[in-house]
Amino acid sequence: METSILSSILFATIVAGTPLIIVALGQLIAEKAGVLNLGAEGMMAMGAIAGFAVTLHSGNPWLGVLAGMLAGAAMSFIFAVVVLTLMGNQVASGLALSILGVGLSAFIGKPYESDILPTVGALRIPLLADLPIIGDALFNQQALVYFSWALFAGIAWFLYRSRTGLVLRAVGESPSSAHSIGYPVIRIRYLATIFGGAMAGIGGSFLSVFYTPLWVEGMVSGRGWIAIALVVFATWRPFRVLVGAYLFGGVMVAQLFVQGSDLDINIPSQLLSALPYLATIIVLVIISRDQNTVRLNAPVSLGQPYRPEA
Amino acid sequence: MTITNISIKKLALVLLACALSGTSLAAEDFNVGFVYVSPIGDAGWTYQHDLGRLQLEKETGVTTSYVENVSEGADAERVIREMAKRGDKVIFATSFGYMNYALKVSKSFKNTAFVHVTGYKLGKNMGLVNARFYEGRYLTGVIAGEMTKSNVLGYVAAFPIPEVLQGINAFIKGARSVNPKAELRVIWVNSWYDPGKERQAAMTLISQGADMITHHTDSTAVVQAAEEEGVYAFGYHSDMSKYGPKAHLTATTHQWGDYYVKTIKEVQAGTWAPISVWGGYPRGMIKLAPLNDAIPADLQARIGDMEKQLTARELHPFSGPVIDQSGKTIVAEGKHMSDEQLSKMNYYLQGVVSKIPN
Amino acid sequence: MLRLERRPEASQMMSYLSPLIAIVLMLIGGLLLFTALGKDPIEGFKVFFIYPISDSYGVSELFLKATPLMLIAIGLAVGFRANVWNIGAEGQLIAGAIAASAVALYFYEDEGAHILILMVIAGAIGGMLWASIPAFLKTRFNTNEILVSLMLVYVAQLLVSWLVHGPMMDPDGFNFPQSRLFDEPALLPILVEGTRLNLAFSFAVSALLVGYIFMYRSFAGFQMQVAGFAKDAARYAGFSAKRMIWIGLLSGGGMAGLAGMSEVAGPMGQITEHVSNNYGFAAIIVAFVARLNPIGIFFASLLMALLYLGGEQAQQYLALPSSISNVFQGMLLMFLLGSDVFINYRVRWKEAIA
Repeated sequence: METSILSSILFATIVAGTPLIIVALGQLIAEKAGVLNLGAEGMMAMGAIAGFAVTLHSGNPWLGVLAGMLAGAAMSFIFAVVVLTLMGNQVASGLALSILGVGLSAFIGKPYESDILPTVGALRIPLLADLPIIGDALFNQQALVYFSWALFAGIAWFLYRSRTGLVLRAVGESPSSAHSIGYPVIRIRYLATIFGGAMAGIGGSFLSVFYTPLWVEGMVSGRGWIAIALVVFATWRPFRVLVGAYLFGGVMVAQLFVQGSDLDINIPSQLLSALPYLATIIVLVIISRDQNTVRLNAPVSLGQPYRPEA
Repeated sequence: MTITNISIKKLALVLLACALSGTSLAAEDFNVGFVYVSPIGDAGWTYQHDLGRLQLEKETGVTTSYVENVSEGADAERVIREMAKRGDKVIFATSFGYMNYALKVSKSFKNTAFVHVTGYKLGKNMGLVNARFYEGRYLTGVIAGEMTKSNVLGYVAAFPIPEVLQGINAFIKGARSVNPKAELRVIWVNSWYDPGKERQAAMTLISQGADMITHHTDSTAVVQAAEEEGVYAFGYHSDMSKYGPKAHLTATTHQWGDYYVKTIKEVQAGTWAPISVWGGYPRGMIKLAPLNDAIPADLQARIGDMEKQLTARELHPFSGPVIDQSGKTIVAEGKHMSDEQLSKMNYYLQGVVSKIPN
Repeated sequence: MLRLERRPEASQMMSYLSPLIAIVLMLIGGLLLFTALGKDPIEGFKVFFIYPISDSYGVSELFLKATPLMLIAIGLAVGFRANVWNIGAEGQLIAGAIAASAVALYFYEDEGAHILILMVIAGAIGGMLWASIPAFLKTRFNTNEILVSLMLVYVAQLLVSWLVHGPMMDPDGFNFPQSRLFDEPALLPILVEGTRLNLAFSFAVSALLVGYIFMYRSFAGFQMQVAGFAKDAARYAGFSAKRMIWIGLLSGGGMAGLAGMSEVAGPMGQITEHVSNNYGFAAIIVAFVARLNPIGIFFASLLMALLYLGGEQAQQYLALPSSISNVFQGMLLMFLLGSDVFINYRVRWKEAIA
């Protein structure tokens, strides 16, 4: 009985953490290039409705994921135009994107509120899935869970082992230096931003197509913001994003287990529900205290517009 | 900035003049207004009210209108007032958070009938209506108690208000009446409508051994989760079988239509009075959704009998002995819980394993 | 080839025109949206922008709805000027509402002007306390104030939920999650008979005046403006960054707390979980559209309030979903941020160099 509870918690944690990982890694790329996109919540929402609607009409969840990805990319493109070309303030524009994305998705999603999608079966990896405790949690998951791991590996490699990744980081550290070497700073930032948007869109579609196969206004419920926080508290390092996402997912899941159990814990359920947010703050504080780590890892030009003096 | 807004204001005034001349005042017809707290959707609290509204239109021919997604804050007063100003003859405010606002507006519109759902304050022209949801819950509890194999039942609940606790307690009481070993675990999601959380909660309960789950929340996530995991579920508000054809054994459904029709007829005849109605089976306000074939025939028959007994007021779900979680006897054998006791319920009954929050 | 060329100096005219352009673009976007949804765009325009203010009650509701926006926006503007990003005004509003309600409930059935005064103070302090958390964490540990203030919004919502289900619940309220209804002495006096417009509106106007004086006529305000423009210059000049962070966050928090107090002592008359309606986030849009300027905030708040009311009307008369308000708001902000570029840049044809 004990091990199966542990297994269930592990399983639920990984599922809960997956959309966070995907979105946060996308944001990581954008931020490494110096672009702070606070619109993740809005992009996820648009990804969710696009994914849901397309899956409903086409019957194919992968087309849905693709649609979600494109929706997220489109939203981030608008953002990119406003902040990169028109040099709008990144914080305000990101907020606007959040509000617009959430509102627009609610609007578009109205007619879909009563629809449901057939559940997509998990992708079971034979043999490995039979391992005790971790088998189910690690090897009997939705395809996008495996995707999130592949994404992590890909991004880690890209950032630290590839030339393009180095260029990206250079752009984020010092756009003027990168420009003088001849790198197209604005174009790189556009691509990084759009990538971030695409990932946010995929994360959003995960929620509406696989996680709870329905659409309801506000279903993203703050995950976009959590993902943004994740990047900070992972000090812009991909592996820590993974750890942070599972930590966060774990807290979200654990409080439910505590409630359902017969443990004689007299904690108000609202406090338990607040734990993930409080935990985020605490970890953020711990991370930011270490000034050196932050300075070493935060892209220097993050949030600042780059003005190419023609 | 100043220039901009002056021009817009001039434009607005011009258009305002045009608009007012074209606005029609529909005060002649008998219009009934509905204030909904959430989107109508395809199942859930508001959906059932809307079904009632449609039934009302069909059976009486009055015109109706609604505003959905009206938050239970200060904005509600404006929406209700707009309806009254527009000339609606009857206004149904379908969520408890509207109570104080509806009452306030009712004082300014003495010729309009206001009905508040699930509240407790009456007005000179405001009545109350509520349904004995727990009657359906009791029956579903009986089914759960009979059919469970693990003896663990699960409940995903929104907020610990009496109405929700009545449902939880009726459920476990019904289950224990046929299965003394049944135990209930409750998870509070602190939201009426959060499919993600509801689903996670359902999964958690299932992993803790629950093979019969139900919910007091507004989405279909719990039923869907049950379907996926191969356990059984009881829907709520509406028939949710389409969301879980194998899992959905039945649901406690809300039936508001007959009450709406009756109210409108009374208002039209001038016999309507602002009273408090708390109806259940006898008034046809609660009904179980069609029973799933997975329920054995003899159990189905017993449930059918119990429904008849409820309708005839021969069966009271909260009849003594009613013992709370700590072992205290709330209602002695031979008596049953009064309406007042029910409306103040803030504890769990025996059989609930989780501890109440707070 | 169209290029953006930096202007020699910022264009005054554009800084006035840019919000106008944004509003016009939003209206065009709205008309297109109505058409795309199969609604008559003129009808849509009427319903959205005219109906809500077509009678005196409607106008009073407009000002009522704009009041918390004005309060919060001016508080936020003080901070935004110095690049102090308080995104958690929503949570600070709730904190202020809780504090003010605690006072009202403590003095339940008492009389006296002191009650309301204490509630005002409590509301402002409550909001400031909540804002002091990100301020402290930022100045002490350099933690990002955007994320902390935002996380605290969720915490505040859960806190008020716990309070109205528990300690603040009306004991005679049949276990409904709401506090007692406040007595007369704990309610803000109504300014116009027959409406809900209350004293909070006067607070809002006063706050705009105070904000104006602080931002444009005080040295501290000047310091914050410089810090916003050129962080390093401010540092070289010895302006204390920490002080500005505190001022920036506390001003937003205090005003948001006051707005929270005005909600519970005003149209609500009690505290419930629905004490805030995204005012904290809408006020951010207001602050931006108003270019952080008090006069602008006055009008932008009214515009934003109109977008909310219009959305309600659109639901009733056009059968459009309530989220249409958010769509308009988001569009407005996006267009504004886009057209702002023309303040510092102009469009020029540039010949491609052969």
